[in-house]
Amino acid sequence: MESSSHLSLTRRALVAAAAATAGATTPEGADAQPASAGNSSTDAGTPAMTSVSLRVNGELRSLELDTRTTLLDALREHLQLTGSKKGCDHGQCGACTVMVDGRRVYSCLTLAVMHEGDEVTTIEGLGQPETLHPMQAAFVKHDGYQCGYCTPGQICASVAMLEEIKAGVPSHVTADLMASPQLTAEEIRERMSGNICRCGAYSNIVEAITEVAGRQA
Amino acid sequence: MKFDTPATNNPIDQLKVVGRPLDRIDGPLKTTGQAPYAYERHDAVRNQAYGFILGSAIAKGRIDAMDTAAARKAPGVLAIVTTLDMPRLEKGPMNTASLFGGPEIQHYHQAIAVVVAESFEQARDAAAAIRVEYVRQPGRFDLAAEAPKAKLVPGDSGEGSGAPPEERVGDFEGAFATAAVKLDATYTTPDESHAMMEPHATIAAWEGDKLTIWTSNQMIAWGKRDLAKTLGIPAENVRLDSPYVGGGFGGKLFLRADAVLAALGAKAARRPVKLTLTRPLVANNTTHRPATIQRIRLGAGRDGKLTAIAHESISGDLEGGQPETAVSQTKLLYAGANRLTSLRLAVLDLPEGNAMRAPGEAPGLMALEVAMDEMAESLGMDPVEFRILNDTQVDPEDSERRFSQRQLVECLRLGAERFGWSRRSATPGQRREGRWMVGMGVAAGFRNNLLMKSAARVRLDGQGVVTVETDMTDIGTGSYTIIAQTAAEMMGVELGQVRVRLGDSSFPASAGSGGQWGANNSTAGVYAACMTLREAVARKLGFNSAEAEFVDGQVRSGNRSVPLGEAAGADGMAAEDQIEYGDLAKRYQQSTFAGHFVEVGVDAATGETRVRRMLAVCAAGRILNPKSARSQVIGAMTMGVGAALMEELAVDKRHGFFVNHDLAGYEVPVHADIPHQEVIFLDEVDPISSPMKAKGVGELGLCGVGAAIANAAYNATGIRVRDYPITLDKMIARLPELA
Ligand code: FES
Ligand code: FES
Repeated sequence: MESSSHLSLTRRALVAAAAATAGATTPEGADAQPASAGNSSTDAGTPAMTSVSLRVNGELRSLELDTRTTLLDALREHLQLTGSKKGCDHGQCGACTVMVDGRRVYSCLTLAVMHEGDEVTTIEGLGQPETLHPMQAAFVKHDGYQCGYCTPGQICASVAMLEEIKAGVPSHVTADLMASPQLTAEEIRERMSGNICRCGAYSNIVEAITEVAGRQA
Repeated sequence: MKFDTPATNNPIDQLKVVGRPLDRIDGPLKTTGQAPYAYERHDAVRNQAYGFILGSAIAKGRIDAMDTAAARKAPGVLAIVTTLDMPRLEKGPMNTASLFGGPEIQHYHQAIAVVVAESFEQARDAAAAIRVEYVRQPGRFDLAAEAPKAKLVPGDSGEGSGAPPEERVGDFEGAFATAAVKLDATYTTPDESHAMMEPHATIAAWEGDKLTIWTSNQMIAWGKRDLAKTLGIPAENVRLDSPYVGGGFGGKLFLRADAVLAALGAKAARRPVKLTLTRPLVANNTTHRPATIQRIRLGAGRDGKLTAIAHESISGDLEGGQPETAVSQTKLLYAGANRLTSLRLAVLDLPEGNAMRAPGEAPGLMALEVAMDEMAESLGMDPVEFRILNDTQVDPEDSERRFSQRQLVECLRLGAERFGWSRRSATPGQRREGRWMVGMGVAAGFRNNLLMKSAARVRLDGQGVVTVETDMTDIGTGSYTIIAQTAAEMMGVELGQVRVRLGDSSFPASAGSGGQWGANNSTAGVYAACMTLREAVARKLGFNSAEAEFVDGQVRSGNRSVPLGEAAGADGMAAEDQIEYGDLAKRYQQSTFAGHFVEVGVDAATGETRVRRMLAVCAAGRILNPKSARSQVIGAMTMGVGAALMEELAVDKRHGFFVNHDLAGYEVPVHADIPHQEVIFLDEVDPISSPMKAKGVGELGLCGVGAAIANAAYNATGIRVRDYPITLDKMIARLPELA
């Protein structure tokens, strides 16, 4: 039997034993410290707050936020736009995908305060149940989802992804970097691989995207 | 309603709504982000505080002390509850490890504290400030090392798969010794994680001694019972609500720490508390599919008929846990007079092993169906023909007991034809396309059909709107839609006239979602409630209920016709009933079958295996909605690709935990890994199963896929990997020299 506290373990053992959990289970570890250096009253005082204004789905939204707040949590917790999902909070799954100034981003991997003045489009901004965006309608038609938890991220990613192809942005599977990328299933699969669907709706999602892309072309 | 004789003609057979490939009724909500999952219920209760769960940093031992002083002083902190604040909590019958309480640590990331604060960021930060003094004890973390000590035990996945410690029919040893052709091979499957996209999450609120939790759970009635037991309060004081579940795959069958700690945190903070397991907690704090070591021996005559079949499996779990029932399907899948199965369980101090989609069959078929491929090759037979030759129409252990329906042969034949099986080269390593070595593989899929009691309430209002209420869950399976289809068919209304409300423990208790039993049983419960409502409506109108027809929103009898809404009247009507089953499941073996066909390419330079084509042909009773059922099957096939090629919880055998506990380290298939997938459902109705004449497909789709991929990889390369997953490192050294 070995008796020890965390802190007396060697650094090596600590890393080996606990990976992301040394001393605590916060996955973000040191990154989660309050960003309030210079504020001597941090321990007993309030967290560092700052105001930030975003245009979310066309509407100006001003928030007073703890600087540690991710864009995802600003949307889900502060604006109560819960369409964007949190699958990992680590940039590993794509459930939180939204568009910032037209480009898809993992909103869990970026802090809200970094987006002062930015234009954010979430799944709620694409369409509503009675007024579905063509991509949303295609997902329904092709059953491109099951539990629905990855779905808003898949849809936001696919809308932005088609724009990337249109803009000529190449991918890992683009054979000829000098030519415009083609709208093939292979290109779609490659470019959508940052959005995990554990329910395994991939085959249907690609059909939904292909149909919308075909209509746009 | 008791179902104890095979179904005859009933209103479902009209198939005006049931059996059609309709879009899901929850589709517009899910695709617009309006479907509310557990952590998102801002509307449910005011003034929600945030909880953050701390998991143990050791795998085995105990906690000597916890210093929470700094954490308590951290900004925004409202309450901290630690595992030292209370004795070990009671647990429900489904859990092996305790969920909270007491100093003893049974596994890594077992919950040891919850911090409640005004914000998520504050709760997380304060949790990092808790100091824990552990006393670490040595643990058993290596299945292979513990396997020799494993004891014979009975197994029951609770999901339709089970076996006694040892089962013998005839004289296996004698028959195997004298068999003309033999195989004796050992296969291993790794620990796997459900890795559902929505981590477990709960909002808890107390009102006096009444507790409501908005949570993400597959089995509402179990959750209610077990939460009450764990907290030591009466079950009637607990309400669960779980209308949308972001995937479960067995990982949300049981009460987990999120619900318990949200309730404890809310009590301590005197505020509603919302919390989620962070992604890194999911793998080690919750359950997983246990690793197995499986030995298979097959003996056959030169004619290809199996004479001896043995399947023995060893898995591990915490003390008091269960074996993975990997041998279960081997009792039923092929004929053969002399048989042996056994289950052994080693004690491990890893996190709790428990049901994951198709527990038993998923890993079991990954061994058995590769063994069948190896045997076919030794016999010089085509693997499809070899399986067909050894088909059985009766329970091989009891020849009096027939299968209610068994179309495995049809699945294999049709699949072979559609897939172009005749183009497969019997000799491996023959087909080359550029850098790809290409091969095809086949496997049989098998999964039992389970019958479970299921209740529902159906309301009819003055507008003729039908509302179904049941605590059934929709975990992506399509429950909302098939329940609406059932009610529409039964009451003779359009789908749009039906509302479905699910997942609330105040509704009648359903079968829940597990073991691919959800669709058949929950709709059969709705069928029963609709039958009762039809009788009440007919009685009210003075109609003979046997003659009354429910069509086009009208109730008709003779030349009288009354709109349903009018029949219900301004106050509306409601009926509640349940389906219960007699002994048809004993008298007949009820199972579902599939033929899985896969083509892979193996990179001649790197040994990487890529799936190129997939086809599943399924025979699973009536398919209630071919669109959502197909999705269940392709989703399962995708999980099968993961199991065959990439998924493995890596065990740290010194410190005793799953190292790759996030979605970057634990690799699951992504878009680029999955080709277009084909699914064919055989036209089948099974009147012995239920009035719906349906069975299930959600797990069948996974059963056998991994083996078909492994067999295709062998056909492509001539390299047999018996140690899953088939990653490139296991291939590369054995690949032919590059020209
Ligand atoms: S939640 Fe942002 S990538 Fe997973
Ligand atoms: S629909 Fe469930 S994870 Fe994609």
